[in-house]
Amino acid sequence: MHLRDVVKILDAEILTENDDSALDIDVHTACGSDMMSDVLAYVKDQGLLLTGLVNPQVVRTSEMVDIVAIAFVRGKRPDKMTVELAQSKNIILIGTQQKMYQACGKLYAAGLGN
Amino acid sequence: MGDSIKLRYDVNGEDFVTCGQASEDVKRTLKGIGIPSATIRRVSIAMYEGEINMVIHGGGGVAEVEIFEDRITIVLKDTGKGIADIEKAMQEGYSTATEDIRELGFGAGMGLPNMKKYSDEFAIESKVGQGTTVTMTINFQEDA
Repeated sequence: MHLRDVVKILDAEILTENDDSALDIDVHTACGSDMMSDVLAYVKDQGLLLTGLVNPQVVRTSEMVDIVAIAFVRGKRPDKMTVELAQSKNIILIGTQQKMYQACGKLYAAGLGN
Repeated sequence: MGDSIKLRYDVNGEDFVTCGQASEDVKRTLKGIGIPSATIRRVSIAMYEGEINMVIHGGGGVAEVEIFEDRITIVLKDTGKGIADIEKAMQEGYSTATEDIRELGFGAGMGLPNMKKYSDEFAIESKVGQGTTVTMTINFQEDA
């Protein structure tokens, strides 16, 4: 699934400044968690992380496991420093008003597997 | 060849925000010398978990990394409070982290088990009141 589709399905806002073509990136898997150690333990390739956590370590954790995009759920928004950190690592941040369960459910139903 | 790359980092125990910079630098270095990405990920996760531990439990310390042709060794040394029961600390889900740390997304009791899981060799030494040293080796397999 393209990140563009994820944005559409979650009715999400893009929080980092990216070229529009960045949304053509393919995401193969997703992981929904507020526990970063779980993300570090279980994530596979080319993933999307859905989380309600907004501290800079969410970006660092994502970088370590090659996550390409982070979707913040429940209307949460990271601070400027976290956005800049993500931008410097080419990680795309998006934000949705949807709750974790809804957001994961919609993406799974649309074919984004685990 | 035969020369190794030696890297040394001070890990600031007060600063949760910058924690992870040493792991990032090692990741960049390994990428630069063409190590396969799956291997880099194992190194990154193991070292990053260790760095987080040094900040949340160890009060900071020193990370010494040596990259050889066929492997990397990472030594994480803190002078923090030490671990009373290492066997317990190695169990998944066992944690002494505070509620504050859990709210930041860590302290699930997966740090040390993850570090062991992603290492080819893993050793931990600790003395209560003196600190903890973790030594990890990860081999650069062809098929990683």
